[in-house]
Amino acid sequence: MNVIEVSELTKKFGSFTAVDHISFDVKEGEIFGFLGANGAGKTTAIQMLCGISNPTSGKGTVAGYDIFKENEQIKHNIGYMSQKFSLYEDLKVWENIRLFAGIYGMNDKEIKENTRRLLKQLDFESERDTMVASLPLGWKQKLAFSIAIFHTPKIVFLDEPTGGVDPAARRQFWEMILDAAYKGITVFVTTHYMDEAEYCDRVSIMVDGRIDALDTPHNLKQQSQAQNMDEVFRKLARKAKRIN
Amino acid sequence: MGKSVLTSPAIMIDVRDLHKSYGHTVALAGVSCSVNDAEIFGIIGPDGAGKTSLFRILASLLLPESGSALMNGVDVVKDYEKIRRMIGYMPGKFSLYQDLTVEENLYLFATVFNTTIEENYHLVKDIYQQIEPFKTRRAGRLSGGMKQKLALCCALIHKPEVLLLDEPTTGVDPVSRKEFWDMLRQLKKQGISILVSTAYMDEASLCDRIALIQKGRFLGIDTPQGIISSYRRSLWSLHAGNVRGLLKSIRSYPHVRSCFAFGESHHVAVEEGFSERDFQQYLSSKGYGQIHLEPISPTVEDFFLDMTIDN
Amino acid sequence: MSQFNAFVQKEFYHIFRDKRTLLIILGMPIVQMLLFGFAMNMEVTHIRTAVFDPSPDQSTTQITRRIEANPYFDVVGQVHSEEEVNNLMRQGAIDLAVIYESGFHRNIVHSGEAQIQFIADASDPNRGTVATNYVTGILAGYQQEMMQLQTIPFHINTETRMLYNPQMESAYLFVPGIMGLILMIICTMMTSVSIVREQEQGTMEVLLASPLKPVTVLMAKTIPYTVLSAINVASILLLSFFVLNVPIRGNFLLLLFVCLLYILLSLTLGLLISTLVKKQLDAVLVSGIGLMMPTLVLSGMIFPIGNMPLVLQWSSYFVPARWFITAVRKIMIEGQGIMTVLPEIGILLGMTVFLAVLSILNTKKRLA
Repeated sequence: MNVIEVSELTKKFGSFTAVDHISFDVKEGEIFGFLGANGAGKTTAIQMLCGISNPTSGKGTVAGYDIFKENEQIKHNIGYMSQKFSLYEDLKVWENIRLFAGIYGMNDKEIKENTRRLLKQLDFESERDTMVASLPLGWKQKLAFSIAIFHTPKIVFLDEPTGGVDPAARRQFWEMILDAAYKGITVFVTTHYMDEAEYCDRVSIMVDGRIDALDTPHNLKQQSQAQNMDEVFRKLARKAKRIN
Repeated sequence: MGKSVLTSPAIMIDVRDLHKSYGHTVALAGVSCSVNDAEIFGIIGPDGAGKTSLFRILASLLLPESGSALMNGVDVVKDYEKIRRMIGYMPGKFSLYQDLTVEENLYLFATVFNTTIEENYHLVKDIYQQIEPFKTRRAGRLSGGMKQKLALCCALIHKPEVLLLDEPTTGVDPVSRKEFWDMLRQLKKQGISILVSTAYMDEASLCDRIALIQKGRFLGIDTPQGIISSYRRSLWSLHAGNVRGLLKSIRSYPHVRSCFAFGESHHVAVEEGFSERDFQQYLSSKGYGQIHLEPISPTVEDFFLDMTIDN
Repeated sequence: MSQFNAFVQKEFYHIFRDKRTLLIILGMPIVQMLLFGFAMNMEVTHIRTAVFDPSPDQSTTQITRRIEANPYFDVVGQVHSEEEVNNLMRQGAIDLAVIYESGFHRNIVHSGEAQIQFIADASDPNRGTVATNYVTGILAGYQQEMMQLQTIPFHINTETRMLYNPQMESAYLFVPGIMGLILMIICTMMTSVSIVREQEQGTMEVLLASPLKPVTVLMAKTIPYTVLSAINVASILLLSFFVLNVPIRGNFLLLLFVCLLYILLSLTLGLLISTLVKKQLDAVLVSGIGLMMPTLVLSGMIFPIGNMPLVLQWSSYFVPARWFITAVRKIMIEGQGIMTVLPEIGILLGMTVFLAVLSILNTKKRLA
């Protein structure tokens, strides 16, 4: 079953085509790597999939809902976290959990139970009353991810979730992602770490607003006769003409 | 004196036992290193390890609590005005004027350093030519890679002796990162010493020497090769058919010290007494098939992981 | 080109490329002037009036009845002593008191002359003036009718007293007030915000790490905002002269000099604020709201300083706008020369030097 189906999706800003007729499907429980150089159009594409930005043309469904007409339903069925914004720094750990759970309409009892369970899972019980600002980055990102999937969404969108995180925490983070995927949550992730692209079931590479390649990491490496994803990426992205 | 110059390269930056903390948070817990003339020296570590504090102290923007730092013999605290003429500094955050054009930014920074674009154009020519087609575009509308190129031009335009680049490649895609490092190689050839920090471990191999930093301390200072050869354990790469729960199973094996995912394989660091055959059998007994196990040489990242587990 | 000039040029680029902010800076004074001008001309109604008539007779009854019949007045009742009038006035229960002399009609008949007194609450000078103008008009109408009916010529002497604001600082006075407020807020806010923005965006870090002196950066910031403020002074003066018909009685150059001095003072205050705050929002709050209240309340712009408790009177000495507004009133409205405004000029100059020294001392060579 596909949780994301997109066909000929396009977004124009004036004469500039940020996303140029992209089509792809993402299967349920899949980890889908969404790669591309800076300015290739990744962020715009994600905004359209999350229902924050309306496409200029094309069609698509996310979690079974139409991205044109059913933005609100989409928002209830997805989770989102990015490197830039994930948590409120001036709120405590439990206050952040409470806030986001509340936003997704959980009742007090559910929130209470789930908060306890989550803190235990993360081994964070002692940090319950810690201000998020004073947590190390790796911990913040782990917490942010847990909160993004707290309401068990069908899909979670991760926009460069591991930028700047130390190597050990980065791997722990990916272990959490794999765990979530095993539980059936579809993961849609962007990253600049090419070794992380290897953890994905399938990877798409965006160049100049189009999807230039889409396959398993194994096949991509074979097709472009590359040792690793870094090489694949460089070979493809080098073709980019657009500089913006 | 003359003899030592012949045998060992001149030291450009000399850092001794720097300490810095903000309230209860320790940013630098005593770091020392020296950077040679015309060397690319990498400070490699995650966010919050203390990289930015070190750069700011060297750029004379922060006062250390104790310790000293000399740049070509000039003290960064006492002679901060001299230091500011010697260095080209690129802070971590993109710090050009977003509402000025490419051209206007470069012009402004040339003027700030009492020079002209023409005077040192040869230094920035190769880099500037790449962004020149967009010279009338506002800096805020450039892509990440181009912003970094412009920032580098602005930091170079006064012909500094030392370049201090704090995480220049963060958030930049792999292609632009590669190009950026190629530029640094070119600058090194022109005799500029470069101190550069990064959170990307794979960039370590592009430096002449590196210092790995974590929690305000250096874990090791050496050439990338030297760092790798000081790795104390034997390392194995492991592929397996179904991976669910594999990490846990590997970690619970007695002689395994650590196991981390590295792309499509797992890197397994093992203690003495490890036997390849026993381990294969153990995994088969747990129900994992298509096991492919081979010894590999470590990367800087393996070293870093090993060191941080120690802490 | 020198470092300094290059920097000034850059500041102008910042200003002209941020069209929206530029529009606000240049449009705000115009909107404020028109708003105040309009508000000042608003109709005054429901003037609460008390009548003290020690010896009611046909004349006083007729006059009182005319006042009662006038739609602008609400006669709240008769009082029985001047003291009562004072009490009501102090409580703010009435706006106007009409006081007849004893034997009003008899005096008209016998000597052809009678006394009537109007006392108005002038703490709102506009309302006070309008109230006495209306009531004087009613009285004049009465006199005219009586003259036509009766052959004996007579005259009613009116005495008008303004309470709480005896100098009758009236409608014109808001022009210097607006200038004091607008220039203070725009200058301090724009300079402090533009400096703090460089700190927030990280450009200050690069500038600090360069041979450029931090003081040069600060000084270069003041030039463009001086120019903008000069434009504001011009638009305020033009509007007040041509649209609101406020005269400029004194020396025009002297007026411009005082404005320039005040602009410089506000700019240095902005520099000082920028050395004390870390975020753009704080800069806006401190220079906007933090300065707005004291400037509005303690400058004499709205409330006469003479009627304030002593502590507030003393505090007003520290409000630059107070001295600026006084000086501008003297020059613009009263038409006085340089000699009379020397104290104000001296004080403004002193404040400017003090703030400039303080902000230079407070300028950091390094990151905090």
